[in-house]
Amino acid sequence: MQSLGLEVLFKGKNFARLLGGLWTALQISLISIAISMVLGTLLGILVGRKNGIGRVLMRCYLEFIHIMPQMVLLFIVFFGTAKAFGWNLSGELSSVIVFSLWGTAEMSDLVRGAVTSVPVIQYESAMALGLSRPQVFRFVILPQALRRLIPQSINLITRMIKTTSLVLMIGVVEILKVGQQIIEANRKSSPNAAFGVYLTIFLLYFLLCWPVSLLARQLEKRWG
Amino acid sequence: MAEPVLTIEHVMKKYESQTVLYDVSLQVHKGEVIVIVGPSGSGKSTLLRCINALEEIQNGEIRLGDQPIRSGAKDLPQIRQKIGMVFQSYELFPHLTVMNNILLAPMKAQHRQKEEVKAEAMTLLTRIGLADKADSYPRQLSGGQKQRVAIVRALCMHPEILLFDEVTAALDPEMVREVLEVILQLADQNKTMLIVTHEMQFARAVADRIILLEEGKIRDDTTPEEFFDHPKTELARRFLQSFEYSRTSKGDNQGLSDRPRIPSAQYS
Repeated sequence: MQSLGLEVLFKGKNFARLLGGLWTALQISLISIAISMVLGTLLGILVGRKNGIGRVLMRCYLEFIHIMPQMVLLFIVFFGTAKAFGWNLSGELSSVIVFSLWGTAEMSDLVRGAVTSVPVIQYESAMALGLSRPQVFRFVILPQALRRLIPQSINLITRMIKTTSLVLMIGVVEILKVGQQIIEANRKSSPNAAFGVYLTIFLLYFLLCWPVSLLARQLEKRWG
Repeated sequence: MAEPVLTIEHVMKKYESQTVLYDVSLQVHKGEVIVIVGPSGSGKSTLLRCINALEEIQNGEIRLGDQPIRSGAKDLPQIRQKIGMVFQSYELFPHLTVMNNILLAPMKAQHRQKEEVKAEAMTLLTRIGLADKADSYPRQLSGGQKQRVAIVRALCMHPEILLFDEVTAALDPEMVREVLEVILQLADQNKTMLIVTHEMQFARAVADRIILLEEGKIRDDTTPEEFFDHPKTELARRFLQSFEYSRTSKGDNQGLSDRPRIPSAQYS
């Protein structure tokens, strides 16, 4: 029987190294997610308002991020800034910058959509009851917007976690990179290591994202 | 005569280039029930929305007692607390239970005690037969039930005047009555009300005064008896005829106006 190449995981500290790589990816994701949620929410609320120049700038930013593949953004920030300005950003920092820019753009879009999805007449009926503007927002609009926002933003979170696998392209040693190193090092002794290692990485990502995704679906069902 | 509860003076309302209300003036006294009728697009709903400054007016003045109502004014929330409004599409807050829908504004805007408002809300809900729905969510209620809850929600603020904006227009016919009967009860309790409706039988039963609005102008202001039985203006006659049905293709081909009105649901 052909081996699945799983034995390499038990050689030395390979499995621990793989988990270490996962942790690196997760750290980049978590920091970027935290930044994105905060900035995206603020931007989303601000963009929902009508004010000229800020709105135009925001639109440009959002369009730019939407159009660019994340990989290109990573290259621009990591290699581009080094060439253009002589900055020597680490791969990790570049990754956090890129994922935060991306996450913030997506998040602000979600927030804007969620807030504007509450019908205007809900504001009106709350104001007609004599609630002040901040009260209307806090007790009537925000709770309704959040119900819409939470499943969608959880979805964004899983996408951000998944996409961090791209950062190996700028030399960050995350789980995929560690996997490649293990495969390379054992090319002779375990020719099937590629299968075992990538399968393990797949399972680890799955274990990370699946519960989050389940939670999103649950919330969507409850509030839908 | 005592100071009017609500004074509308020379109100003009424009959207972009279209004028919706021209120079509308109206006084509402305590305990008065005024029904505003008129063809759709005549500005009835806009007039109601101007009263609690959901629409900005371009000219004229609206006062509650002696307080001017101005959009954008600091004291607007305080004034709105004294003006209850019920919308065509109910506009209960979907994330709150019936009870919390009712409690929200009295507690947050008027800073009243929860227990006190709750007791009052329960009394009112019991009166309209919805006490068992206090912990339900709006989505679990029928349209008629939602609208009755919306009326209770407005009442719990103890408004000086209530505005009803076509509150039965979105309802299935069999639910219209349960809502209108609640409003009739309120009229019996001498509540001051301004009602926009297309239910003519109801208008006749509930109104102290009928206002006919057409193309943003008040064309008639009279008692229901006068308006329905002896309409003075050609416009009023034509408007009333639009609610009647007749088969002209058969028989002697007489005009619409000579046919007796179809006796439909009677409100008394």
